[in-house]
Amino acid sequence: MRDGTRLGFILLLTPLVLWLTLLIFIPHVDMFLVSLRERVGVGQYDTSLANYHTFLTEPLYLWTFLRTAVMSVVATVITLLIAFPVSYYIAKIAKGRLQSTLFLMCLIPFYVSELVRTFGWMILLRETGIVSNLLQWAGLADQPVEMLYNDAAIMIGLVYTSMLFMVVPLVTTLESLDDAVIEAGYDLGGNAWSVTREIVIPHAAPGIVSGSIVVFMLSLGNYLTPTMLGGKDSLWFTELIYSQFIVRFNWELGAAFGFMLLFLSSIIVWGMLKLTGQTLEKTMG
Amino acid sequence: MIPTQMKHATTAMALVFAGLAQTASADTLRLLTWGGYAPEEVVELFEAETGHTVEVTKSNNEEMIAKLRATGGGGFDLAQPSQDRIAGPQAEFGIYKPMDLSKLDQTQFIGSMLSATIANTTVDGAVYGVPHVWGTSGLVTDTANAGSVKDYTDLCNADVAGKVSYRLKRPTLIGFAFSMGLDPFAAYGDEAAYKEIMGKVEAKLTDCKPGVKTYWGGGDELMGLMRSGEVVASMAWDTGGWKLNADNADITFVAPASGALGWIDTFVLPAKGKSDDAAYAWINFVMKPEIAAMITNAAGNFTASKGADAFVSADLKARYQASFPPEAVDKINWYPPVPAGLEAIEGGVLDRVKAAK
Repeated sequence: MRDGTRLGFILLLTPLVLWLTLLIFIPHVDMFLVSLRERVGVGQYDTSLANYHTFLTEPLYLWTFLRTAVMSVVATVITLLIAFPVSYYIAKIAKGRLQSTLFLMCLIPFYVSELVRTFGWMILLRETGIVSNLLQWAGLADQPVEMLYNDAAIMIGLVYTSMLFMVVPLVTTLESLDDAVIEAGYDLGGNAWSVTREIVIPHAAPGIVSGSIVVFMLSLGNYLTPTMLGGKDSLWFTELIYSQFIVRFNWELGAAFGFMLLFLSSIIVWGMLKLTGQTLEKTMG
Repeated sequence: MIPTQMKHATTAMALVFAGLAQTASADTLRLLTWGGYAPEEVVELFEAETGHTVEVTKSNNEEMIAKLRATGGGGFDLAQPSQDRIAGPQAEFGIYKPMDLSKLDQTQFIGSMLSATIANTTVDGAVYGVPHVWGTSGLVTDTANAGSVKDYTDLCNADVAGKVSYRLKRPTLIGFAFSMGLDPFAAYGDEAAYKEIMGKVEAKLTDCKPGVKTYWGGGDELMGLMRSGEVVASMAWDTGGWKLNADNADITFVAPASGALGWIDTFVLPAKGKSDDAAYAWINFVMKPEIAAMITNAAGNFTASKGADAFVSADLKARYQASFPPEAVDKINWYPPVPAGLEAIEGGVLDRVKAAK
């Protein structure tokens, strides 16, 4: 009997261990070793921290990272602001069939690939696109309006892409909130604002935190949306990594960039958790 | 009952053996190439004639080298990088294997192009590449709205501001340098001189940035921008211009005053390729004039196959002649092999231009 459970435990654990070692741990170790190499001549390499030094001393790279991080934080906040009322409506106000329909409608855009979704936005926003033509038809603009290739377009794309990842955890946590607790809040003299602040938000905090972490990481690591919607001013950190690896054949610097991204984004998430008094255990539990 | 079963079993066995026999003599050719270089009809003809099967993967220069570097030259049996991208990566990463020219029918090639490519792709006495498709990059302009654009630097003109586009890649740097009266190819061997030239180009591109609508990334994106009229002049490949010309007679490819940039895409054998025989068979097959003309009609670019011009469609020939009067052909600047390490200099310039406000 004991042996049986032991075997079961090992069998259940094996896929996880394999996954972690083969797909996460080993590639990262290899990548780390690559990042420590410095090219000194044709086909000759030395071990050094030169690539990290390049990252820290070239203002362009730091600036790009900072810009990417700030835009990702802003995208996360906007996503939260839009997703919260939507999730609240789905979880608390909509009932039965309407509830599942609304939830499904949040999912439907994700049935098509990210590339197609981004092209959709390009068709809408471009100078000869639908929004521009609509504005001219309505007399609000007297010439074609270009809405693509700027930071606002990147922001729209990022928020749209990550909406689902905020709605799902929020709906799940909000559904577990007993309606009676909200009613009790009103009975005790609370208004809509104080009930939201004192009861709903604290209860939904784990959902907010896990949703925000996912959205932040997805935005930070997004490649397609900033490149396509941002045009000549996109400048996203993942784009730098891509060009080092593919265009410049400079795997060493690209690997160092990858590690800096991992390291700095972990610090940002950790800092945010500290700042809001949340812990990862509470969020996951 | 039993006899019928026996018969079925025998037939099945015979089929299996036939299948095995077929695969033993016929290989799978894993071809890493550009879009349009291996049209469906050519692949079918080749498979019917030789019995080999062809798996086509479409890519571009940088991705081809990155893919081969990741596997140490494995995963593909034949690749088609440009001739200037062979010697450098070979010296640096060792991703190709030497070519046995005796297995190729050299009479099918245009002699001058074959010897030039061989000279450019020789590393330590071994030949790594033979030419296949060649073409140029220059300017595509809407002649009705961008008549003033005759050279790369004209893309910075005030009258087309906000309506121009180009790629943020090395051809742009090279093209602008030539247009500014500099000679980047002459400075290939001298890092300090090359850095100085790139510094001047960087200043020019940063100046021009406000007038650029967007930096295009792929051919389809450029087509969209030109067709919608949002962009009236851009740096582009000759075939892109000719394709647009078929839809809108005003738009066409223009060889810039300082000379178009000429490239030759080659055949190379990846270091760990497994079916060299099929690879040589493919090269010999596609260099036949009639087959080469089919590729020209599909890709839009001419090949190094001798006598293929006679089979190319008349439309394409007319467009080529309109864009390239004889004196423009003489002015083409052919890419010499890129020494290893130059990419780092260019990369820094491109990053800073992209970041400039």
